[in-house]
Amino acid sequence: MMTSIGTAAAVIGGLSLLIGLLLGLAGRLFAVHVDEREGMVREMLPGSNCGGCGYAGCDSLAKAIVNGEAPVGACPVGGGEVAHRVAEIMGVEAQEQVRQVAHIHCAGTCDKAKREYDYFGAPDCRQAAQAPGHAGKACAYACFGLGTCVDECPVGAISLRDGVAVVNPDVCISCGRCVGVCPQRIISMRPKTNQAVVCCSSTAPGKEVRIVCAAGCIACGICQKVCPAGAIHVKDNLARVDYEKCIACGTCVKKCPVQVIHRVESQEEA
Amino acid sequence: MKTVFLTLLTTALINNVVLSQFLGLCPFLGVSKTVKTAAGMSGAVVFVITLSSALTSVLYDFVLVPLDVLYMETIVFILVIAALVQLVEMVLKKSIPGLYGALGVYLPLITTNCAVLGVSLTNVQSGHSFGMSVLSGFGTAVGFGVAILILAGLREKMQHNEVPHAFQGMPIVLATAGLMAIAFSGFSGLQF
Repeated sequence: MMTSIGTAAAVIGGLSLLIGLLLGLAGRLFAVHVDEREGMVREMLPGSNCGGCGYAGCDSLAKAIVNGEAPVGACPVGGGEVAHRVAEIMGVEAQEQVRQVAHIHCAGTCDKAKREYDYFGAPDCRQAAQAPGHAGKACAYACFGLGTCVDECPVGAISLRDGVAVVNPDVCISCGRCVGVCPQRIISMRPKTNQAVVCCSSTAPGKEVRIVCAAGCIACGICQKVCPAGAIHVKDNLARVDYEKCIACGTCVKKCPVQVIHRVESQEEA
Repeated sequence: MKTVFLTLLTTALINNVVLSQFLGLCPFLGVSKTVKTAAGMSGAVVFVITLSSALTSVLYDFVLVPLDVLYMETIVFILVIAALVQLVEMVLKKSIPGLYGALGVYLPLITTNCAVLGVSLTNVQSGHSFGMSVLSGFGTAVGFGVAILILAGLREKMQHNEVPHAFQGMPIVLATAGLMAIAFSGFSGLQF
């Protein structure tokens, strides 16, 4: 009896010792050199693995920053603060940068946009884009209002209001996922300031826009004339703001005859 | 040749490790959300099961049987499998970082895959030789891969369906897995 217990203990003990030794040796043999700054940079990053920087996740970005392939401020989510701390680790100066937030360029709410039919398909914009028509809306450039961007947003910054998706700039982490997922391509990134934004994406002529939507850019060009900074231009029947030049005076917002230029007020400091 | 083919067919389809023996259910349900991750998991499982079948077969024949401590087989096999997964992880990290990155977290997860232990135990209990152990290990792992890939494909399709509220999430996956098991039970009628 005692011998059998002894054998069992010896077998397990011997085997464990052998395996431990082998693993220890293997650990030495197959050790991979990792730059210690990589771990430090990784700790500074938000860790939501959203992919907004264009890398596979926070780990990949940390590696790219340490290897010098990506700038220290490459994380759009972390913004200036994270860029600063990463720059400290890397021993370089961080550049000041304005935080970007997503914006949905459509204001065709239920009362403003004309509907052609009621869409009863799957509640997914990408599927609606495959179907004829534009998920019921008469305008070909309209937000479908089915909320694919709402589902995609990792932080719940987008909500549906009155048939149109709206971004809350204070919650948006600027990962840019919604930009890629929108089949209408009407979401883009803008600086988180109170600069003017055009809430329409229609490049159709003004007359056609008037027929389908009461909140569409009719390309009248008034904004272009009144802008003191020369920051807004009508191109392809759509007013476009140059955020680098816009001084956020709000003149165009007041003068726009169809009220399609907005200023999104942020609750926080940008 | 005929035995090789028959063994592979039996282990992969007729005695499918997941769908007729109900082993390895945790990774089967856990990592079958997308085909891509399922493929990564099954690749890692094929690798580890084939290796561990070989190793445990040798250990059984040359250590456990001569010393007459057969009742220790479970604990010895667990030890060996855990160490093997650890070793495979280290080797992959050093030599094939691409594959290591692709398998990611699934590699260490295999340690908790009871199919690996199940295969090793079945092998020694049915008195397989070394070659036969490796072969049936490989076949079983392929069967695991087949099952998890089919389920992942079904789950990807189901994303676009409107599942009744009570069935959303795990319930519909379990119901699907159950139907798959019924379908696979059709293989048991094969006669040679």
